[in-house]
Amino acid sequence: MKQDKAISLVLLLIALSAISGLALITVFIFKEGLPIILRVGGRDFFLSSDWEPSAGHFGILSMIAGSLAVTAGAMVIGLVFGLGVAIVLTQFCPAGLAAVLKPAIELLAGIPSVVYGFMGVVTLVPLIRTYLGGPGLSVLASSIVLGIMVLPTVTSISIDALQAVPRPYWEGSIALGATQWQTAHMVMLKAARSGIVTAAILGMGRAIGETMAVIMVAGNPLEIPHSILDPVRTLTSNIALEMGYASGQHRQALFATGVTLFVIIMVLNTVALVASRRYARRGGAR
Amino acid sequence: MTRPSPVALQRVVVVALWSLATMTIGVLLFIIVYILAHGLPHVSWGFLTQSPEYMGRKGGIFPMVVGTVMVAGLAVLVAAPIGVATAIYLTEYTREGRMTAMIRFGADCLAGIPSIVFGLFGFVFFAITLHLGLSVISGALTLALMVLPTVVRTSEEALRAVPSAYREVSYGLGSTRWQMVTHVVLHSALPGISTGVVLSLGRCVSETAVVMLTAGSALRLPHSLFDSSRTLALHFYMLSREGISMPNAYATASVLIIAILALNMLAYWLMRRFVAKVR
Repeated sequence: MKQDKAISLVLLLIALSAISGLALITVFIFKEGLPIILRVGGRDFFLSSDWEPSAGHFGILSMIAGSLAVTAGAMVIGLVFGLGVAIVLTQFCPAGLAAVLKPAIELLAGIPSVVYGFMGVVTLVPLIRTYLGGPGLSVLASSIVLGIMVLPTVTSISIDALQAVPRPYWEGSIALGATQWQTAHMVMLKAARSGIVTAAILGMGRAIGETMAVIMVAGNPLEIPHSILDPVRTLTSNIALEMGYASGQHRQALFATGVTLFVIIMVLNTVALVASRRYARRGGAR
Repeated sequence: MTRPSPVALQRVVVVALWSLATMTIGVLLFIIVYILAHGLPHVSWGFLTQSPEYMGRKGGIFPMVVGTVMVAGLAVLVAAPIGVATAIYLTEYTREGRMTAMIRFGADCLAGIPSIVFGLFGFVFFAITLHLGLSVISGALTLALMVLPTVVRTSEEALRAVPSAYREVSYGLGSTRWQMVTHVVLHSALPGISTGVVLSLGRCVSETAVVMLTAGSALRLPHSLFDSSRTLALHFYMLSREGISMPNAYATASVLIIAILALNMLAYWLMRRFVAKVR
């Protein structure tokens, strides 16, 4: 019994490493990034798009706008395709075929982000440049690439949510004479709503946080984009592009960009956690 | 305007949904075929075993293969024991309560943090504060933290899927809890746990932002854990982004894609073995 207690204690200490890691990350990112936000002032940091590190100007508004624009576009594509695939695989697809398609979709999540970015550059960007105009490197190209990248996240969580809907819901709706599609969108999607919201929020987190693919297809200028064909720079690409040569205040400002990103992601995660807890409670009522 | 009949509407919707699914699978196949078709002709034994020359314009990718194996392998060697121990604690050694909620919260938050933020942290903490420099070990430790939540979650699912009858029989035969966990539960959950570990290895291999900020981009063969090393993913990024050599970029991407495909298939195979075993 004594040995049992000791093992339990050791395991607990190891189990605390995830939360300690999180604490360390928070402390170090804020320690490096927060001072410069305070020095420059929140207004000049968040609400100015004047980013000129050599002159001491650190305004990240254009990158915040860039991240939002690209993420919004990615969510439109990721949700339409991700949810569509989830509905097909759970409602309209023979089980044998779904067993092949699901791992294929999951494989999409395994492809390195640099490969997505590269494919965007060699196929998508020239198409946009030729047929829609602009430089090709654009909000649109980034949205499409990111949309494909968040699709597996949206799909697999939505599939779990749809499969967690109790079977009698489906049977009851079909027995009342509803078609399969009526059942799918009036009963199943409604019952799985909070799970799907979780899927969307986690997908959004991935889109905001993605770095390498966006750098390659976004063009990265220091301006707020005015159309979907304009190039754009995101918070993540700002860090990755300039970290290599930044020092002093400049480097602190990049950590401050990281702080901004970190806070956005934490807010999204908390919302997702609350949503998925509601969904777990509903699932538990089965 | 009359409303379409529900049956007609369903037909239209099903066609639309299936075309979405077909396009998605089409994108996957297109990416794989496109990269392999352009890259495989340039992949040879020499390409895999030679060092790069002229920044990668000529020569092979041997140091990057070694670097990738070292960085990703070490990351998983660190993350797997910690993650599995965490999962064992959560499933076998405690009841749901404030402590488990806190551990899960930590893992969930960690899972959502963008890789570039991990990169910033690894740079300032491992490379600078702990004086490890841009090195294999800085990169591996940062990646280990990044994939820890994946290992925890998949291991937890695998442990929970082991039927409780196994545990009862083990207790009935007089084993201690630790004997029960190591001899019975872990044994049956092993394929499930391995799935998570292999998928994490895949994530480490394909990660770029983290290694760029923590492991550096040296072209030399790393001789120790404290040497800087460039991974395959970062090498591919630099070759294509700086337009150094498109054939070599495609060839590197092919090697990367094949590695990822192999790891995913291994994970899938392990998962099926696990499901067959537990049922």
